[in-house]
Amino acid sequence: MKEIEALQLPEDLRYAADHEWLRPGDPARIGISDYAQDQLGDIVFVELPAVGRRLERGEEFGTVESVKAVSSLYMPVGGEVVAVNTGLEAAPEKVNADPYGDGWMVEVKVTDPAQIEALMDRAAYFKSLAG
Amino acid sequence: MTATPGTTGLILDEPLLWERGRSGRCGASLPPADVPESPLDPALCGEGPSFPDLSEVDLVRHFTRLSTWNFGVDTGFYPLGSCTMKYNPKTHERQAALAGFAAAHPLLPESLCQGALELIWALERDLAEITGMDAVSLQPAAGAHGELAGMLVIHACHRHHGAARSRILIPDTAHGTNPASAALCGYEPVAVASGPQGVLRPEDVAALMDEETAGIMITNPNTLGLFETQIQQIAAIVHAKGGLVYCDGANMNAVMGIVDMKAIGVDVIHLNLHKTFATPHGGGGPGSGPICVTAELAPFLPVPRVVRQGDGLRLAHAAERPLSIGRMGAFHGHFGVMVRAYSYIRSMGAEGLRRASTLAVLNANYLRCRLKDLFHLPYDRPCMHECVFSDRHQAPQHVTTLDMAKRLMDHGFHPPTIYFPLVVPGAIMIEPTETESKEDLDRFVAAMAAIAAEAGQDPETVRTAPHRTKVRRLDEVRAARKPCLAG
Repeated sequence: MKEIEALQLPEDLRYAADHEWLRPGDPARIGISDYAQDQLGDIVFVELPAVGRRLERGEEFGTVESVKAVSSLYMPVGGEVVAVNTGLEAAPEKVNADPYGDGWMVEVKVTDPAQIEALMDRAAYFKSLAG
Repeated sequence: MTATPGTTGLILDEPLLWERGRSGRCGASLPPADVPESPLDPALCGEGPSFPDLSEVDLVRHFTRLSTWNFGVDTGFYPLGSCTMKYNPKTHERQAALAGFAAAHPLLPESLCQGALELIWALERDLAEITGMDAVSLQPAAGAHGELAGMLVIHACHRHHGAARSRILIPDTAHGTNPASAALCGYEPVAVASGPQGVLRPEDVAALMDEETAGIMITNPNTLGLFETQIQQIAAIVHAKGGLVYCDGANMNAVMGIVDMKAIGVDVIHLNLHKTFATPHGGGGPGSGPICVTAELAPFLPVPRVVRQGDGLRLAHAAERPLSIGRMGAFHGHFGVMVRAYSYIRSMGAEGLRRASTLAVLNANYLRCRLKDLFHLPYDRPCMHECVFSDRHQAPQHVTTLDMAKRLMDHGFHPPTIYFPLVVPGAIMIEPTETESKEDLDRFVAAMAAIAAEAGQDPETVRTAPHRTKVRRLDEVRAARKPCLAG
């Protein structure tokens, strides 16, 4: 497992307490953080929602299964799913290898941009991990 | 390294049956056909599966040799937390093989199976006495099936009172099957976080409990091996809002005949006969998951019910049990398992069962105290029948729970449950059960101490374990991502 200091936490992302990241934009892109993938270990399956689904902030949008456990994925903001990373079906290991790039999960049309502002920035997320 | 039963000396190699087979061999001799041959419709004919040609001795040796690779509770210590892998006394097999039980057909008329009905009736009474509940159904086929039966009973009760509710509270220290069972019954599971002491706090339950919530599914003792000390207050909060309390009784081995479940506020509890009552488990199953309920919920139990009438017993069906949730299976549940559980209860007696629970708790606390200087113990307080450590002390050496579990195999022990419960990252969940002697526990402690020392001095050996087993570390990631499911 990585030391907290060794984690990749890009400056341009926002982070949720449940370890999802969000890249602001239209649409906004969502995935799980380097910390989350490192804690989960080797990911073997990712289940994502159908395009077109509307989900509230905090609602479950899918599950991620590693050799250790199955964990839920929660929406960091409310919105409509406009794209999902179908490549993860055949290659879930991308979440481990490149959590902020090829390992992205969904793209959403954000309902309320203020919810993005409520997410943590890099410094706040780092602080929450260092505890 | 300590002397290790099962991992030194002769390890039998064995090829696949397809590699063993030789064309033309046969394990059976069929009599000549005494009817004329009649061709099949060609549309129904095909190649058929590729089966190897084998003699009887080929087959017997193959499976006997494979069986030597197995590790069971009859082989050695098997501290798989949350599973209660206690020894299964062999006398149970004798009772279960009695022709009147083993050869009874489930459709026998009641007059010809009074003994079997008597056993069901008596076992229900015994389980009611052990738990403190009023009525029991032995129908559910295993633990999660019992959970579903319990949820259906709760749902039927609410509906009967005119208000089907939609949600159910489930603590984060509950068994993993609980949310699934509740969801299968149509309930929305709502997670309740356990408090800093590893047990539920009444205020957290009160904040979530309302008139839309059917009740709570609480595992007690919980998956941290801790007794839910606030259970009475929590039950009162749930009852005050018209809810019901479901107890997952998978950890009943800690409290047999000690805790009166009805008195602490439980409305439904399921038992795992294959855990607590020493019937075969895992590959040796099947399981059995009876539910025990209060008198208020008894009308909703599955049918048929065994009832006493005059000097005999008979089955009461749906017509005279209109509130019943119906059948949970085609017949009466796993009857052979019931015979074994009844045999266990009668051979132990009330005092023997209490003593078994007491020793299970003592053994777990002995391991907790002997191991807590070597491994991080997140909840350092007296436990029930199991205790949960983590790999935090070994993290600086980059040695994980998985590595240490694998290394235990080299010492001749079955690994404990790992990475569960989820509330403890890197969990190592150890349940010794009452049937282990102090000498066996000390051998296990010595192995764990050797692994903890090795994690500091030679972490690579731990990271690449096991070294002395039939096969080395399996690639579980590849097995999950790219499964090969054909021979």
